[in-house]
This record gives sequence, structure tokens and C-alpha cells, in this order.
Amino acid sequence: MVNIPMSSVSVGARDLAIKRFAASDALFRLVTRSAAYLVLTLLGAFLVTLVIGSSLALSTFGVGFFTTQSWNPNPDILKFGALAPIYGTLVTSAIAMALALPVGLGIAVFLTELCPLSLRRAIGSAIELLAGVPSIIYGMWGLFVLAPVLQNFENNYLVPVVADVPILSSIFAGPSYGQGVLTAGIILAIMVLPFIAAVSRDVFLTVPAVLKEAAFGLGATTREVVRKVVLPYSRVGVIGGAMLALGRALGETMAVTFVIGNDPKVRASLLAPGTTISSSIANEFAEAKEPMHSSALVALGLILFVITLIVLSAARLMLARMNQRAGA
Amino acid sequence: MSVSTSSTPALSGAATSPAVVQQSATPALDKIRIENLSFFYGQNRALKDITLSLTENQVTAFIGPSGCGKSTLLRVLNRIYELYPNQRAEGTVLLDGEDILDPKQDRNVLRARIGMVFQKPTPFPMSIYENIAFGVRLYDHLSRSEMDERVEHALRGAALWNEVKDKLHASGTSLSGGQQQRLCIARTVAVKPEVILFDEPCSALDPISTSRIEELIDELSSSYTIAIVTHNMQQAARVSDHTAFMYLGELVEFGETQTIFTAPKQKKTEEYITGRFG
Repeated sequence: MVNIPMSSVSVGARDLAIKRFAASDALFRLVTRSAAYLVLTLLGAFLVTLVIGSSLALSTFGVGFFTTQSWNPNPDILKFGALAPIYGTLVTSAIAMALALPVGLGIAVFLTELCPLSLRRAIGSAIELLAGVPSIIYGMWGLFVLAPVLQNFENNYLVPVVADVPILSSIFAGPSYGQGVLTAGIILAIMVLPFIAAVSRDVFLTVPAVLKEAAFGLGATTREVVRKVVLPYSRVGVIGGAMLALGRALGETMAVTFVIGNDPKVRASLLAPGTTISSSIANEFAEAKEPMHSSALVALGLILFVITLIVLSAARLMLARMNQRAGA
Repeated sequence: MSVSTSSTPALSGAATSPAVVQQSATPALDKIRIENLSFFYGQNRALKDITLSLTENQVTAFIGPSGCGKSTLLRVLNRIYELYPNQRAEGTVLLDGEDILDPKQDRNVLRARIGMVFQKPTPFPMSIYENIAFGVRLYDHLSRSEMDERVEHALRGAALWNEVKDKLHASGTSLSGGQQQRLCIARTVAVKPEVILFDEPCSALDPISTSRIEELIDELSSSYTIAIVTHNMQQAARVSDHTAFMYLGELVEFGETQTIFTAPKQKKTEEYITGRFG
């Protein structure tokens, strides 16, 4: 057995080691801190670039940019109003949420409350795989498969059936070309469904087992427990998850561009073609030779940036509040 | 002198079979009769051939070291274990003579008849009023005023009315721990069960709240059949009429509380209640 006395490490060597540690520690801190600040810088840079790039269009058209829908990149006219893309973005996202939220919640309830354990894992992974499918695949599928099917259904069944119903007849006015606002909304719904299902499932799992047992212990059925205990308890988290999904739906470009028809007009009928902010930019940016045209497109980008920033911040805020309550 | 000699045979007869005498004195009914009950968590057998009865309108306490199967036994009585896969019970549990483990028995109706109060207070994420009305609405369609009455009655029954009558629409989670537990008792009482199961109802409460809950259990026992699991032996001695001592999934001894605590028949029981193990 070798006995090393404490004094074998000289005092000078120890001081040196401490200094070395301090230096590497400072370096480490600097590197991680700059990485973190880089994110903030990027965010700020985007905002600044968008504001500068859009200033020409915004100063020329003023408030009218947000309220008019004439979108004419003809070099002799160059008149731009963003109402149609804004309208298209909001309406397609609203359709997507209206369709995906109930289905996503249904999936989450089934997975957490009713599903046999073995099936739970299979469905759970399927949802995660669905979330990973590239959007261009959804776009192609939407254009080649979904759009013809919808066109057939809408022209032969939906439009004739609602033809005499006052409001529905204008919302679902034909003829349908398959490509339109509704088709884009449905594709978006399919794309955000996995997000909503996965987040809701995770949030439902945070509901304490004893709370559910207490409700079951009063004689409640699964439906009553979900409606009166699980959903109220996890409400904030579910809303947060829905907001994240909404953020994705608002910004989705490729799949929507494939199926929306790309016509910058506000129309009452959901079956008519329309456009969204992101699909307008994707379609026109390469051909935007005029400074005013590209500036108008950048202004569209700024609007989308602001909308998604608001939605995502709201989502983060709600999820944070949820976690805070779960931790208390 | 003649009186004492004539009464001697009767006395000695009573001494040899005290159980018979007691039964004829008070016609105590078995509300729940458990026969040869075994319980499994997967392969792990948590209860081994338990046989005992819960007497109507009396308090039966279950004591024993952690993991002895007390809580498991309670969870069988309202079939709450069925929420989890891989848990199953074997044997017979008769509630008023009907086997509740029979899959044909409706478990939701059963759970309305057998209420349960848990270790930790579990107020639902809704108002105090709604916490109580929730369970009632599952089975009764009451008018607004009838519901108000039922809620008040339940809160009075749980000795909580005076503290919350001015804030019935405040969140149930805003109450203190002891108040939350009494809210849970009120919620259980409001659905008018026949049996109430208490699973360590005071383990998360301070001594004052504990004594209030104990008083409440005593009051409730005049109209309900009560089973209580507790780690607190003084509590078992204070609140119960009968006590069951369990160890490693087996029922070691079951009898009148006074007998169990003063003259236990089993050595294991004596060691446990005197604090030599457990």
C-alpha cells in the first residue's frame, strides 16, 4: 500500500490548477452565453430585415395594405393589398384547428384512458411518425389524391345538398375545382393533428391518478371523468398545445401552395381557390423583379412573423403556467 | 345468595360463547362479507385468502405495516383496481348478499353505493359547490333548490358548512388541506352511499384537522358502514368498533377493537400494537 502524503501536491501546483480551472470555466461560460445570445440576435435581425425590406410597400400603401385585396404585380400598375393572403391564412388555419382539435383530443383521450397498453405504444409511435412526414409529401398527396376526391364529393353531394340553405349555400358555393381554401384547411388539419394529439396526450398524463380514482370512485364513467376532471385540469396545457399547432398551420407553405389554387382574392365560398401569406411568397418571390413587388412580399412575411410570434408566445405562456401549477 | 347461584350457569354459558350472546343482544348485520379474497398485482399476490365481515353501521379499522395489503383490500371493495391492467381479485365479496366481483355487476352503480375517501385530499378542479354537485348529478336529477339543499346538507355533514358557506363558488383547491379532505368527505356523503371507505384519510393532515375528521367518522358511523385504513393505532382504537390486523397480505387477527388492543390473541398482533415491529 502506497501512502501519499497530502503535501506531495505542492502549493504552487495547486494554485496553478485553480487558475487553469478558472480560465477554462470563463471560456466555457463565454461560449455557451454567446450561443444563447445568438438566438436573440437572429430573432432581432429577422425583425429588422423584414421591417427594412417592407418599408417601401408599407409607406406607399399605408393602412390600405392591410385592408385592400387588389394584388397586381403588373409593372405598369404595381398595386398591392394583403387582405386576401391574410384572410386565406386565417381561414385555412381556423378550418384546420376546427377539424384537428376534436380529433386530436379524441386520440389523446383514447390513448390515455381507454386504450390497451400494447396498442398504446403502437398508436403513439404512429402519431410521432406522422408528425415527421415532410410537408411536400402532404402537398403531393393533397394535390393528386385528396383534391380529386374532394372535388367529386363537393360537386356531387355537398353543393347540391346545401344549395337551398341560406348561409351554407354561399359558404359552399360551387363549382369546386378540388383546389381551394377548404382543401388547404383539410390538409393543414391532417398535418397538425399529430401535434395536438401528442401534446394533449402528454398533458393528460399529468392529471394525478388519485384525482381520476376519486371521480371513478363516485361512480363516474370514463366520459364523465374526461369531461369534468381530466379536461378542466389540463385545459391550459391543451390550449397551449393547440396554439403550437396553430403556429405551424399559419406558417405552413409547401402543402398549402399545392392545393389552395393560388388566387389572391377574398371569396365567400370555401370551395373557391384562395391564397395564404406563405404560399403567395413562395409562388411569387422568384419572379418579383420590381422593388415594390418584392417589398410587398417582404411585408407579407412581416405580417406572418408577427402573427406567429403572438400565437407562439401565447402558447409558451400558457404551457409555462400549466407547468407551474403542476409543480405546486 | 340464591340469586347468585341461579344466575351462575347462565353467566358461565355466556363466558364460553360470548359471540352468540352479543349477536342476540344487537342484531348486527354483515353489510359486506369477504370470503377467501386473494388479490394479484401481475404475478405478485398481495392478499391471501382474506375472510372477514364489515358490520352494518359500524367502523372497521384495518391496521398493519406498510405493504400488508390494507389499502389493496379497500380498493377491491369498490373495484377501483379495475382501472389498471394486470390487477385482479379472486374470491367473493358480498354486499348485501350480492357478489360485487361478479363482472355482471355494474361497477359505476357499485361505486355510487360504496364511497371512498383517499389519503391525499382530491378536490376536483372546480368550485366547492360543483365538487359536491358533480357526484350527485351522475345519478340524481335534482332541481336547483334541491341541489342547493343537498350540497348544504353534505357540507354540514362533513362539518365544513360554516367555513365555506360564503364562498361556495370559490375553487375547491383554494381550501386548506384539512378543509379539502372534509370537502372530499362531503362529496362522498352527498351521493348517499351505503358504505364509506377511508384510505388513511388523516395521514396528510395536522392534529386538529385529524381530530375533526375522527369526530366526523364517529358521527357518520350511525348511518354508514365504514372501513378505515390507518397507520395510527390510537386512531384505530379511537374510532373503530372492530379492528383487523394484517401482515404480508394475510389477516392475522380480527375482532372487537377493545379485545385487539387489550388482549390480542396472536403474538404478532401484540408485537405490532405495542410498537415492537412495523
